[in-house]
Amino acid sequence: MSIHRIVIEPNSKNANYWKDIWAYKGLFYFLAWRDVLVRYKQTVLGILWSVLRPLITIVVFTVVFNKLGHFPSEGAIPYAILVCAGMLPWQFFSNAFSESANSLTGNASLLTKVYFPRLIIPASSIIVSLIDFLISFCILIGLFMYYQYMPGWRIALLPFFLLLATVTAMGSGLLIAALNVKYRDFRYIIPFIVQFGLYISPVGFSSSVVFGGVSTPTGLKYLYALNPMVAVIDGFRWAIIRGGPPLFLPGFILSAGMSLFLLFYGLRYFRKTERSYADII
Amino acid sequence: MEPAIKVENLSKSYVLRHQKVSNYSTLRETLTGTLKSLFSNPAGKTSAATKEKFLALNDVSFEVKQGERIGIIGRNGAGKSTLLKVLSRIVEPDRGKITIVGRVASLLEVGTGFHPELTGRENIFLNGSILGMTRAEIKSKFDEIVSFSEIEKFLDTPVKRYSSGMYVRLAFAVAAHLEPEILIVDEVLAVGDAQFQKKCLGKMKDVSAEGRTVLFVSHNMEAVQKLCSSGILLNKGELIAAGGIESIVRKYIENNAESSAYFGIPRPLDADHLPGFAEWVQIEDELGNKLPEVAIGAGWFLRVGFQLNRDLDEFVIGIGIVTMMEVAARTTWSCPSRCVRGKYEAVFKFNDISFASGSYKIIVGLSEQYKTFHYSDNVASVTISDVSTIINDERMVNSVSGLILNQVDVDITRLS
Repeated sequence: MSIHRIVIEPNSKNANYWKDIWAYKGLFYFLAWRDVLVRYKQTVLGILWSVLRPLITIVVFTVVFNKLGHFPSEGAIPYAILVCAGMLPWQFFSNAFSESANSLTGNASLLTKVYFPRLIIPASSIIVSLIDFLISFCILIGLFMYYQYMPGWRIALLPFFLLLATVTAMGSGLLIAALNVKYRDFRYIIPFIVQFGLYISPVGFSSSVVFGGVSTPTGLKYLYALNPMVAVIDGFRWAIIRGGPPLFLPGFILSAGMSLFLLFYGLRYFRKTERSYADII
Repeated sequence: MEPAIKVENLSKSYVLRHQKVSNYSTLRETLTGTLKSLFSNPAGKTSAATKEKFLALNDVSFEVKQGERIGIIGRNGAGKSTLLKVLSRIVEPDRGKITIVGRVASLLEVGTGFHPELTGRENIFLNGSILGMTRAEIKSKFDEIVSFSEIEKFLDTPVKRYSSGMYVRLAFAVAAHLEPEILIVDEVLAVGDAQFQKKCLGKMKDVSAEGRTVLFVSHNMEAVQKLCSSGILLNKGELIAAGGIESIVRKYIENNAESSAYFGIPRPLDADHLPGFAEWVQIEDELGNKLPEVAIGAGWFLRVGFQLNRDLDEFVIGIGIVTMMEVAARTTWSCPSRCVRGKYEAVFKFNDISFASGSYKIIVGLSEQYKTFHYSDNVASVTISDVSTIINDERMVNSVSGLILNQVDVDITRLS
């Protein structure tokens, strides 16, 4: 049997950081499992909520943006599918982001009583939202059947965009979770980000409204593309809508780059501060 | 063989803020704070003085051999829990180095991570994995855990419906089945009923008998002495002593002493008009040393200082020993005697009475010709500790033998 040997020193660089996390994969699994079990305990509708919430929002958005606002769809695609392709990744992001951003303060008793790589908490909290997403994906399939719509081969690339959404949620979640430990102000900022993000992301409308707009200044297009969720949602639509317009690549790359930067920066900040969590939480 | 744990010059400090100036103070707080300090400190001192560095651990060094069971004792705030937290890697030290050889599991709280909505069964798995068990380990121990916790019937009930006793039993049962090489335990035996505590202590003993290294923090000296072979004594963040558990416990009790062996008696308002009054009470051992805690079965003295303002013909001093439940355990007094004016001491020698462990209140009374002129209720308390080297018969110490533990001889004679 191998001998475990731990040296504890102030500011020690943990060379086995990622190996350590791998060793705690069991805890990752159980924390995620706990969140899933608890999610809909003592509710009557239970797991149906995963479907109902996005479904109702899709109906409202379709009516408001399309029927009342006369926003154009992409080609001949039913507007409900357009909204659904944006709503599913958005709900996944907003759930995963809020869950992970609140995960450290929500598990304060664990942080102060047991050692484990802290990254496990925000990471495992995303799993619930991922499962929610997979369940709510039924809505999209339902819409396909209702409109007798057949997506093209590009739907095979959907997992890639789901990964991008996870990266975005993880990066921003880590950053805010770490900040939330020290500054509880962020508890109030989180719902604000989620609410605000819904309007600047192409959930209820199509990105081509912005990117394809003749009168839109170029600067505004790039400002819009700084939102990492633009790449995620545009990617989802590109994968789902057969024969839709090609991605606006400069915008997509900028937006996806923001996702990666967020993950990088969030992770760095998280690692820099995680030693002191138990002291200040 | 390499020590299991080697701690070198460990220090950990916290910054205490005396005013509620938090890290993320709002503009309003900052403004009012500045105004306040302007008015209260015309010299222009800033609020820097409100920060104080508190050394929770100060240059602590020690070693724990493999398979050793070490008790960490000290008063509240001595740094015990901080030490365990640093050893468990929950908080980081400011200075120093710790080398640990072996898998560590720490048990700083019973039921860490229990989720009230989950059932007992689910919580066993969750808590087990939080404490560092693998799923296979938990599965293989599942039945043992359930039977240890005695909650078979409620396995599929959410723990929020458990009684607190059931909750604690389940939580401890999971923890008791950890099998790390090094086990760090903080004061967890303080929970649960007496019988279950005993069961836990037994289980912990088994664990250590298997050659594991155990670090154990407790205020229960009896438990520490039963479980540990050696100990370290902390006081205000510093390591005072390390060595065999008996000597460390004795040192702790002595150290704890001074303050609580001597009790001043408030001077009566009409002291000068009284024939006399009692001034202080002191608990001592048989050699006259102050004794804050009397070992069960050991002899002890109660010394009372008093002053007489005039000559008295038939002076009597009496004391009463009363339990915390106001049951008189013993009342005794001196023979009436003639005393001239002056300062006196009286010593009551409890050589042959063994009181049961616990705390007792002391009453002092002074009288002349059976008329009490100074009576002081609750002037002092004496604690009879359940730690003893004198009484070895455990049944006598622990069972419900009543207030007086003196040996009673029993003869049985067959009549027919």
